Parts: sequence; structure tokens; C-alpha cells
Amino acid sequence: MSTPTKEAAEPASKIDMKESGGGGEVPSFEITLQVRRYDPEFSDEARWDEWQLTMYGTDRVLDALHKVKWNIDGSLTFRRSCAHGVCGSDAMRINGRNRLACKVLLKDLDTSKPIMVEPIKGLPVEKDLIVDMEPFFQSYREIMPFMVNNSPAPTAERLQSPEDRERFDDTTKCILCAACTSSCPVFWTDGQYFGPAAIVNAHRFIFDSRDDAGDMRLEVLNDKEGVWRCRTTFNCTDACPRGIEVTKAIQEVKRAVLTRSM
Amino acid sequence: MTQTKGTLYKGSGGMWSWVGHRITGVGIFFFLLVHVLDTSLVRVSPEAYDAVIGAYKNPIMIIGEIGLVGAIVFHAFNGLRIILVDFWSKGTRYHKQMLWAVMGLWVIVMIGFTARHVMLFLDGWGGF
Repeated sequence: MSTPTKEAAEPASKIDMKESGGGGEVPSFEITLQVRRYDPEFSDEARWDEWQLTMYGTDRVLDALHKVKWNIDGSLTFRRSCAHGVCGSDAMRINGRNRLACKVLLKDLDTSKPIMVEPIKGLPVEKDLIVDMEPFFQSYREIMPFMVNNSPAPTAERLQSPEDRERFDDTTKCILCAACTSSCPVFWTDGQYFGPAAIVNAHRFIFDSRDDAGDMRLEVLNDKEGVWRCRTTFNCTDACPRGIEVTKAIQEVKRAVLTRSM
Repeated sequence: MTQTKGTLYKGSGGMWSWVGHRITGVGIFFFLLVHVLDTSLVRVSPEAYDAVIGAYKNPIMIIGEIGLVGAIVFHAFNGLRIILVDFWSKGTRYHKQMLWAVMGLWVIVMIGFTARHVMLFLDGWGGF
């Protein structure tokens, strides 16, 4: 359960969507979709493939990928599960920035230019838009993403004041899509860096009043590959499809490491 | 696995300010290496020092010095911005505004410095 945060106002549509009166035709528009393809069974080289598609005002980038996969080229490979911005499967680089394909409406993009879709950076590409997420989840496991409480279990819930709950509310929203971690220039060049997502999930427990392992997590992150590798480029904050203030969370963990050691 | 180049990641101000900070930082480091060398020449002989410093008084070095001061001024102001992002609890929320402030201050300082520097050069370094 997380409180809804203020979302940015919906951007103005870049396409002139004609008002269709009555039962008229649903307005459509043309797009050019370019996808970065890689298939190690055929070539060690990645290449760009391009398709012209007719799409509609409610279509997202994911719908365009579906259209290609279902009607044109079944070999196009990408992950998606819920297709509604909850499961975090379809993080990819759309026009140079990490986004969830299921949350980007085509009409909000500049359709006069090709829409460019690439796999997220910094993780090994397996095929087309699918990357090996194991290094990402390994960092996640290392910060112990579970509640640790050493006191005897009460008969009912462990109570927490609304203020204490609010303290880590922002970081409960993570869906582990890796959009933040794979937008981080430090992570691209140093795969050992824990990355924003792991730190966000550590933050979620470090600042939870019911959790007793905050010190252990701070110990894990007080490492040369831990929070101190963050260079505050804010790419992660910009990439997060859940609107988590990722850099803010990392900075709070940095300050918690400092105040603890003092 | 070899891969032909994909596109560049399109970061915004935060990423490019970090790139700028890194480039100016490395640039300043190499300047300091040369600077330590030319200054230490005074221990060899004052004449050698004067000769080397005199070589700086030409138009190419003037442009180089403007570039150097530009790099230092950016690195200094952006460094203060990073300190605020690190230690001020609201710093992460205002990082973009602070970057605009850094660039505004940079323009003001560089207008002043460039004007004074070029004027001194055109005057033939009277008093230097």
C-alpha cells in the first residue's frame, strides 16, 4: 500500500487527434519503429530493424512491439507480463531514455522521427530487448530485502505510526524493473556497483522503524562499490517509472552511514 | 560479443553536469602538473622562469587561459552544488535549479574575467 504521489501533468499530445464525432472511424497515425536487434544464433553484431506501423491514440510503445511480433516478425523478442506498469518486465530504452514500454503512449512521442527502442544498458543482452537480469538481482539479494526483527513476534501486527510509515513510503513503490540501475553511468562502467535499485530497497528497510537490521544493511552499503559510487547524475530519478526520488533515497542512505559512524 | 554502436543515453542536466565536472576536473589536473613544473623552474634560475612565463603572453595562451579559468569556475561552482546535493536534505529536489544558478554564475564571472583578461593583453600587460 502506498499513498499516491503527485504525478506530472499529462504532456500535450504531439499529434493532432481529430475529434471523431459519433460512430466515425477511430483516428490513426503512422509511426516508424526502429528496434535494436541482437540474435547470437545468427550474428554477433547487433543491428537496427525498422517497421512502418499504423497506430491509434491509445496505443503505447508496447502495443507497437506487439503489432510487430504478432503480425510481422514473430522472432522479435522482449519481456512483458502485466503490460500495465506494475510487474516491471518491459523496461527498455525508448528514444535514448529508460522507460517502461507499457507506460509510454506513442502520441506523446515525436512521431515525425523514428521511435528508437533499445535494450537497457549495462546488463548483458541475451536476445533483442532481453537482458540477463542476474547481476541486478544479485545486488538486490545482498542488501537483505526482507524484514528482520529480533523481538518476539507479537500476537497481532507490529504497529507503526503513520509518521514512521511515511518515512520510507517513497521507496516501497519499487517494482524492480531495473530502469534506474541501467540508466546509471557508474553501473555501465562498473558492474560491481550495487546500483540505485538495490539501494532504494535497502532504504525501504533501513528507515522502517520495525526493522532491526538497518546497521547490517548500512555496513553492506558502506563499501567502495556501495553508496559512495553514486555520482548524483539523477538519471535514475528521471528513469523511475514509479516516480521514486531515487537519488534522494541514495543520499539519505549516505547520510545515514555518516551519522551512524559519528 | 561484439556490438555496433547503439545510441547515446539521453540524460538530462544532471548527467551532463557530471560529465562536465569530470572533464574539467581531469583538465585542471593536467594543468596543475604543468603548473608545478613551470613554477619549480624558479628554483633552477629566475631567468628560466621568466622565459617560460613570458611564453604565456601570446594569443593562443590567452585563449587557453580563458578556457582554464572557465573550467575552474565551472568545477568550483558545480562542486558547491554537489556538496549541497550531498548534505542539504532538500538538495536533490532543487538540483536542476542549482545547475541553472551554476551556469548563471559561470556566465557572469566569465564575462568579467574575459573582458579584463583581453584588455590586459591588448594593453601589453602594463604593470605585469
